[in-house]
Formats: sequence, structure tokens, C-alpha cells
Amino acid sequence: MPGLSRRAFLVTSAAVSGGLSVGFPLAFAAGRERAAETAAGVEIDAWVVVRPDETVVVRIARSEMGQGTLTGLAQLVAEELECDWSKVTTEYPTPGQNVARDRVWGNFSTGGSRGIRESHLYVRQGGAAAREMLVRAAAEGWKAPVTECRVSKGVITHQPTGRKTTYGKVAAAAAKLQPPKEVALKDPKDWTIAGQGLKRLDTAPKVTGKQIYGIDLALPGMLVAAIRDCPVIGGKIKSFDATKIAGMPGVKRVVPVDDSGVAVIADTFWHAKTAIDALPVVWDEGPGATVSSASIATLLAEGLTAQEAYVGNKAGDAAAAIAGAAKTVEAVYSYPYQSHATMEPMNATALYTPDKCEVWAPTQNGEAALATAAEAAELPVSKCDVYKMLLGGGFGRRGRSDYVRQVVLIAKQMPGTPIKLIWTREQDMTHDAYHPISQCKLTGGLDAEGRLVALKMRLSGQSILASLAPQSLQNGMDPVVFQGLNAGGAESAFGYEIPNLLIDHAMRNTHITAGFWRGVNTNHNAIYVECFIDELAHASGQDPLEFRRKMLKPRHLEVLNAVAERAGYGKAPPGRHHGLAQIMGFGSYVAACSEVSVGPDGKVTIHKIVAATNPGYAVNPAQIERQVAGSFVYGLSAMLYGQCTVKDGAIEQTNFDTYTVLHMDEMPEVEALILPTGGFWGGVGEPTIAVAAPSVLNAVFQATGKRIRAIPLAQHDLKSA
Amino acid sequence: MASLTVNGKAYTIDVEPDTPLLWVLRDNLGLTGTKYGCGIGQCGSCTVHIDGVATRSCSVPVGSIEGQKIVTIEGLAKGDVLHKVQKAWIEHDVPQCGYCQSGMIMAVAALLKDKPQPTDAEINSEITNICRCGTFQQVRQAIHAAAKA
Ligand code: FES
Ligand code: FES
Repeated sequence: MPGLSRRAFLVTSAAVSGGLSVGFPLAFAAGRERAAETAAGVEIDAWVVVRPDETVVVRIARSEMGQGTLTGLAQLVAEELECDWSKVTTEYPTPGQNVARDRVWGNFSTGGSRGIRESHLYVRQGGAAAREMLVRAAAEGWKAPVTECRVSKGVITHQPTGRKTTYGKVAAAAAKLQPPKEVALKDPKDWTIAGQGLKRLDTAPKVTGKQIYGIDLALPGMLVAAIRDCPVIGGKIKSFDATKIAGMPGVKRVVPVDDSGVAVIADTFWHAKTAIDALPVVWDEGPGATVSSASIATLLAEGLTAQEAYVGNKAGDAAAAIAGAAKTVEAVYSYPYQSHATMEPMNATALYTPDKCEVWAPTQNGEAALATAAEAAELPVSKCDVYKMLLGGGFGRRGRSDYVRQVVLIAKQMPGTPIKLIWTREQDMTHDAYHPISQCKLTGGLDAEGRLVALKMRLSGQSILASLAPQSLQNGMDPVVFQGLNAGGAESAFGYEIPNLLIDHAMRNTHITAGFWRGVNTNHNAIYVECFIDELAHASGQDPLEFRRKMLKPRHLEVLNAVAERAGYGKAPPGRHHGLAQIMGFGSYVAACSEVSVGPDGKVTIHKIVAATNPGYAVNPAQIERQVAGSFVYGLSAMLYGQCTVKDGAIEQTNFDTYTVLHMDEMPEVEALILPTGGFWGGVGEPTIAVAAPSVLNAVFQATGKRIRAIPLAQHDLKSA
Repeated sequence: MASLTVNGKAYTIDVEPDTPLLWVLRDNLGLTGTKYGCGIGQCGSCTVHIDGVATRSCSVPVGSIEGQKIVTIEGLAKGDVLHKVQKAWIEHDVPQCGYCQSGMIMAVAALLKDKPQPTDAEINSEITNICRCGTFQQVRQAIHAAAKA
């Protein structure tokens, strides 16, 4: 692997999946000596291929999983390229090509709402450089100065003479030119393709059934595998009796997978699944088997008062100020494990031979999948590649490559035969990397005038980095747990100015794997902070909006004011109630005002949520609106119903009958206000999710006087007394 | 052995009669537009029409539907002419990941046949498919648009 040791590569991939930003040397033309004119078109630079029929192929490094990053990134390239949007199509370079070309496409990892905000600069440069080369090629053809040439929609005009040519015609000549050393980018004010609410590029095959997802892949001679992994994470297989299923229809092989799983390889998935369900397996469940939800709750509760904790944000002397406060308020909140439950269960396909390993995978992290495949195949990275398939949902789950490792280990036991591994929903839900579990104890001190003079916030719970990327911990501390709570910075700052503040984290890990789940730690942090701020407002007899206004930093306040105004805060129709929340996450400022009613039977109806997002720049407002509304379904499903509980060390929920999610009938009207102020680049796939739950919970309090502090809501009785 | 008619074509397939229709479509006929999401009738990703009725194919043994007419997402359009629901889906940019949308579209197409102008309440009670990307707001708009088409 050029310029990067394998070890460093693995570590880098892990660090990236940990949401830490890693800088890469970027050169959009690196390795372009490999560019060649083919039937597929001419590569102008790494990001742009032009075909003779004027089709422009934009290369996309990040993974599309429904969030629209493919369309947004293409818009940014096309904007600078000045091509005809109606002729734009896209393709994924493979992670193997990226490695072979000195990582010319930068980071493939797609998580943390980083797809656009961390690659906008170099993809726009890639588009601009290609434009310059194409125009220069035309100018040289005409023996005219470049300054006399203009381009619009892929048509280049020599202004003095009116001569015209097109990108398709000059592409071959352009590809032979030296790329420019520097390019100037447009002012976003002048955007005509980026910044517009254009339709997605990838819709048509999704409505006809023609779209091929990973689970749909068919290769000649392919067999299908189903797997059973120890129900208790960390447990192992003691034995399995393959003879019991040997005669079942379609069964070809029964193979071990690492020391914790066993797979059946069969001619069809149904045969493989039927056989694996019938396979007698004896487990050695290991120490995790003694763990239950109750024991985890006890562990976390101990952390709430433990002496030692990692400090995330500190100002003044919170303890002293609370001791001297006119009034103090204290509360304990909790948030359970959540499953990703992507609509398409985990799957991947591998073809292994002793000197090559190819993997087809729906993955959010192509390079990590490649490193995992190489390691499992015991082959050099240069002899492996990963072909990224469209993801049937990701939400953070597919940044992890456990299923890639499994399919390679299975395929290795049948060299030369492509094997597609499909997890059942049950395997998927019980072997997730779950939204981490946590509890939080908050103490606020108010002075005689009702000002919040001190806030102590003790988080106790699981660390995602400790589960997935322990090498990214900083002296044992997981900085990601403080999302939305940091003292400052461009990523996820705490919104309130409070003179005495202490936010710290008692890390309490369990054998259950914690993972990145859309919104990550902002999901519970927003509930803890925003519901408790509400409690403080009520305790001091102040309106929750006015109370917040006194303390919020300007950018945070802007979005909160916007939703309050748009929703007519405080003037809800009879029987309905408003609740507010704000946070900063993934580089963006977000706020929501929910309108809720609660029936005498305790039934909660969420009528409407007005949500504001300031992502700095909005590359496609129509898709951002869809991300906001869609993320609310995900976040509210968790808040209303979601919890993965643990019994005898195993996750109890196995499918959508026990892990309830929000359906059409409970979908509130969502009005998304996209309020980009410019000046910074924030994410859009995740930040807004966090304000849905606390704004609804605060509205529920307005409606009932009942303060919900333990998620999910469904376990509480809200019947009128 | 099972005999069935899918998208107007007759097939005789060598499978155990208790095999769910979903897996016959996907594994034996290569019609992968119909999706697996839960396998227990909860999510609707696998929805097809059996004699015109929206049905979750993961919960239908292939042996139980001899002689019935099955239409999958691949057979919803008439040749190159998309069904009005598919058109509305494109017009309203409904799909995100798209994985649930085959089933969603099949459920909606059946609903509009029964109730050409569904109310929001009817949509709520009839469309119970799960979409983890959360496209419900666009789905509702697109249903109303398709109803007008
Ligand atoms: S797969 Fe049939 S309802 Fe979910
Ligand atoms: S569009 Fe992704 S699950 Fe519905």
C-alpha cells in the first residue's frame, strides 16, 4: 500500500469511523498517468470522466445509503465543471483503486454526516480543474487564448469568432494536458446547480424493482449462506452437529466462522436459513451471559456518583455555585440501547481464490471493508478489492465490517465459489452495534432572580470508541460522548452560557457492542440537556423560550427563534401544546418546536414539528428537508418505542414485532426550515434528528405535567389521573 | 413442485411447497425487486399482489397459491409505461435508500384500486409498511398526487 502502512491504514480507517477528522494529502490528479481513453469515456481528472456522447460521469467516493450524498456531491462537481446537469451520471471508484492511486479520492468513509462537508473542497476543485483543462484543450485547438473562451452547460464558445465545441469533443485532448496547480472556486452565491433543490439522480430504478442492492446480487455459480453467531457477544461455539442437517434440501456445506459462529452454505437463502435454524449448536456463552438490563442499570447508576470521571466541559466552580444557589433542581435521565434495523439486513458477497479476494458489499466504509477483507483472506490489500453496492439503509451500522469478515471467512472455505451471506433479521437485530446506553444526572443552581448560575451534568454509560476503535480513545477518554456539550469548536458546541459548568463522563462499558447510530450521542445528550433546561425554566416560573433566550449563544438562538416564530410558539391550538429543543451537532445548528396533544387515555399525538437547520451551506435544500423529516421517524421511533434489552447476556428483541418503530399513522407533519448562513460547512444527515425527541417530551410535559426522564415513552402511563 | 403465474408468465418450479413466495420470487425466479425485511409479515417490504390483493409474500407458502395471479414490482408497469404510483414516486422524489419502496408502491397501488381517493385516515390504516429512512411525508404527498392523476 503506497505511502501508508497496512497498520496505519487500519488505524486510520478506524479513527475516521470514530468521527475524528483526519487530514489527507490531496491531489486531484494523482496517478492520472493511469488515465486512458476507453469506451467508458475519457478521464479528465480523478473526479470527472467525459464520454463522446457528452455524458459526464462524476466519480463519487462516499457511499449512498438514502441520504442523497451521491446527488449532492455530483452537484458540487457539476457546478464547477459547468456541465449540463441533465447529462450527469455517477460511478463509484473502488477502494482498491483508491489505494492503488495514492488515495486520490480521499476518504471513502461515510458517517458522521461528513460526506459533503468534508469533501466539498476537493470535489469542487476536481470539477474546476477538469473545466479548466477542457476549456484549455478547446482554446489550444482554436489556437486562441483561453481568456477568450467561455463555457456553459458543456458547450465551449470562442467569443470573438462564435466558434463552438463541446466537452465530449475535446475530452481526449484535455486528458493529455497538465492539470492546473491551483483553481479558483465559485462564490456559493453564484451557484446554479449546487444550492438547488434538484431531484435525486438515483430514483428511477428504485421504483421499478430494477435497483440491485447487495442482497440482490447474483453471480454465476453463486451459493448463499446463512449464519448463526453466538447470541451472547463474546461467546463461542462449543460444538455443532452438521450431520443433523446434512440431508436437508440444497445444503452444500456447514462451516465454522471464527470461533463464535457457524454458517450453512446452500443453493438458496431459504434452504440455508431453514437448515441453520435446524442446526443443533452448543454454545459457550462466556462471562457476558450473567449480564442483564438490570445489572447494566446498576452499573450505570453507580457511575452517576463515582469520584472519577472524564471532564468534557468545565467553567467556574459548579459545585460551589450549586451549594450557594437560591434554588437547586436535580434529575436523573436514561436512554436505552437502540438497534439500527436498516431495512436491508447485513449482507455481503465474496469470491475467494488463493491469490485474489473480491467482495461486493453495501458498506459505509469501503476502505475499512477492504482492509477487513484482506485481513480475513490473509492476502495483501493489492490482491483484494471491494465493490460497493447501494445500501438499503446505513444509519451508522454499515461503517462496521463484521459481516464482510464473515463472508470472506466463509468463502475461503469454498475457494472459487462466490458466496453471498445474508443475515436474517433476527441475526441482524441481535448482533448490532447498538446506540449506546447511558444515564445522566443533572443538577442546576438558580439564583434569586431565576438565572441559571450553575449546571452539573454527569453522564454515565457506554463509549462507542471503546467498542469500535479503542485506539482512538484519548488517555482513556472518549471525546465523542460530549457531542453537543463541548466548550466550543466547529463540530458540536454546548449552546448555553452558564458561568459555572461541569460536564463529565463516567465510562461504563458492557460486553454489548456500542456503535454509531444516526445522530450518535446527540440523541441522548439533547434529551438530557433540553428536557432539564425545561425543568429549570418551570422550576423558576419562567417560560422555556424566554429562559433559553437569556443563555443561548447567537447561532444557537437564531435557529431556536426561527422555529418559535414559524410555529407560533405559545399559541398552540386548544388542546395542543408546544415544546422546544435546540442543539449543535455535526457542525450544524438545529432547533425544533413540536406541537403535541395527549388524550385522556394517555395517547400521544405529534401533530407537527417545525425544525430549523443551519448547515452553513445547503447543497440541496429539497434533500435536506427529506433528511430532516426522515431522521425524525428514526429518532422518534427510538424515543417512543425503541429499546433493546438484555437478558442472560443476549439482546431480547429479534424483529419488528418486538422492536416497534413508527409507522405512517404516527408521522407528524414536518416543516423543515433550511437556514444556511454561510461561513462554515455543517452536516445534514444527522444533526436535526436530536431535537425531535426532546421537543416532543417537553410538549408532553406541557400537556400532562408529567416529566418523562426514561426513554422510551411507551413504558410510561400518561393517562389523566 | 409449484405452478404459478407471475407478471403474466407461467412457471413450474421445483421447490418445497412450504417455501415462502418471497424466496421463490427472489431465489428461483430472480425477481429481486421484492425485498426481504423481516420474514414475519411485519414490514411490508415483500408486498406483492396476489389476485389483485396486496399480500406480504414472506408469509405465503408457495404451495397455497396454485393458480393465482401474482404481480410483483417488476410487473407493475405496462411495458415502458410506468404505473401512476411509480410516476408519482419519481415526481415527488420519494425513495431515499429505496429498499422499502417496492413493497410501499405495491401496497399503495392496491389501495388506490380499492379507494381511488383515499383520505389521510385511510392511508394511515391501510399503509402499514415500515420505512426506516422515514419517507412517510413524501409517501403521503405522492399518494394524493397519484390519486389525482
Ligand atoms: S419481509 Fe415480509 S413483511 Fe417483512
Ligand atoms: S426508503 Fe429506505 S427504508 Fe424506505
